Amino acid sequence: MSKLSQKHLFSAILTFILAAGLGAAKAQDAPDVGPHPSGPEKHMESHIGNLTGHSENAKMDYRRYCAGCHGDLGDGQGENTPWLDPKPRNFTLATFKCRSTLTGTLPTDDDLFNTIGRGLTNSNMPIWNTFTKQQRADLVAYIKTFSPRWEKEKAGDPIKIPAEPPVTIESISHGKALFTKLECWKCHGPQGKGDGPSAATLTDSQDNPIRPYNFAGGKDDSRFKCGSTNADIYKIFITGVDGTPMPSFADVIQPNDAWDLVHFLRTLQVNRHSKENDVLKAAGGKIPAYVEKSEVPASQTENRAAGGTN
Amino acid sequence: MHASKPCIAMLIATLCPALMFGGTVSGKVTYTGTPVKQKAIDMSKEPSCAKQHATPVTTETIVTGANNVLENVVVYISAGADDANAPSQAVTFTQKGCQYIPHVIALHTGQELQVVNADQTSHNIHPLAKVNREWNKSQPPGSPNIQEKFDQPEFISVKCNIHPWMHGWFAVLKTSHYSITGDNGGFSLPNLPPGKYTITAWHEDYGTQTQDVTITGNETKSIDFSFKAKAY
Repeated sequence: MSKLSQKHLFSAILTFILAAGLGAAKAQDAPDVGPHPSGPEKHMESHIGNLTGHSENAKMDYRRYCAGCHGDLGDGQGENTPWLDPKPRNFTLATFKCRSTLTGTLPTDDDLFNTIGRGLTNSNMPIWNTFTKQQRADLVAYIKTFSPRWEKEKAGDPIKIPAEPPVTIESISHGKALFTKLECWKCHGPQGKGDGPSAATLTDSQDNPIRPYNFAGGKDDSRFKCGSTNADIYKIFITGVDGTPMPSFADVIQPNDAWDLVHFLRTLQVNRHSKENDVLKAAGGKIPAYVEKSEVPASQTENRAAGGTN
Repeated sequence: MHASKPCIAMLIATLCPALMFGGTVSGKVTYTGTPVKQKAIDMSKEPSCAKQHATPVTTETIVTGANNVLENVVVYISAGADDANAPSQAVTFTQKGCQYIPHVIALHTGQELQVVNADQTSHNIHPLAKVNREWNKSQPPGSPNIQEKFDQPEFISVKCNIHPWMHGWFAVLKTSHYSITGDNGGFSLPNLPPGKYTITAWHEDYGTQTQDVTITGNETKSIDFSFKAKAY
């Protein structure tokens, strides 16, 4: 072998070693991104009881179970989205239906955790009880990486729900008067069938048509989106359902009045067995007209005066 | 009485030099072409509102005046006059006859908004904010005013879901130098200290236009905007 070819061989080996080394280093640096663009690389946490969720741990779960509808970028534009109604949540807007917090505020980690576990009835969001609690907590953290609002704002304070007073025919009767006065029937219909005069024109905040809740349909509670206890129903009209036409009544209804309204709404579920329907049956099946107490008109005039001044 | 007048004048002169010596940008907003015809609103589902209008009202997406004047255009300083502090007085947005009065309001980030329900029916006020927080509040007749603020500059579409024809706009700006065109199409942005400014004119359907203006002293600069009407 000539000196020249030896030199050549040496440099070739050296080049090979260097290239192999660099290649290995490159392979170590590159994250496993797979065929899709990876989600945001921010780190977020969630706190549910004594569980702490970490966003980076939910990456694979999100991509496998959530991205099909909610999209890789969390914008609600997954490959299934064109065929879904209602549309999947767009996490980049950080607007959520089921909250324990006032309208316009971020939900608590618990609210999101419960939504994942409960699913959203009348939609394509299933009950994700196949996940462990830790997986759900991690997913809550992951969802929070999609909107900068989670870094700038704190979640709202959960609303306080006072103890439920006993169901009486008077509370049902007052609830009915409130249903009329607050004009719930404009969308939900006089019998709560979701057929009020404004029902046909309703759209959600993305301009997709949306139906008001039909209380009278079905025999059970399974169609309530955000939980089916009396306290859950109370919560709905105090917090509103953000991103939909359902507003918050927090500023216009007193706690006890709100419970009366819940009792009346239960009687709209005509096919469901409930304490409210039992009380109504015992009272002869008819809701008596509500007789306003003397102080009610006085407070109304007071409100009106306050409303007229700036 | 007589003694207090010079005092007030002196106070204004010391506190607000810009008010006394600033420049002004003023002009007119017009359109070319044929604007789309506005639709008549059927309020028969809400008799308490319908009876307030002798003649049927129309949608207000495009409102024009004599001599091709374009109304409801927010003209504001988009660069050069960011002021940090919101004015202390509130901006009022009234629901009357199932219409928003005015159709467009402008307010500073952090400035108080008062929403008044002057009707005998419930409204829900639903600003469809994307940058700011989206909220949705019910306001039955006789309720107190709703008081709110917006933190970020944004043009927010506002609607009432109960009365789907009701539609308005909140123009949330980083400046209090703004003017909304009325039936003469005119705008005026006074009290501008010398400097370079970008003036933006925004219309809900026709979009935005900008022009740069330099103010050197106590002068009035005249600029006009002309939007091309959309055929649909």
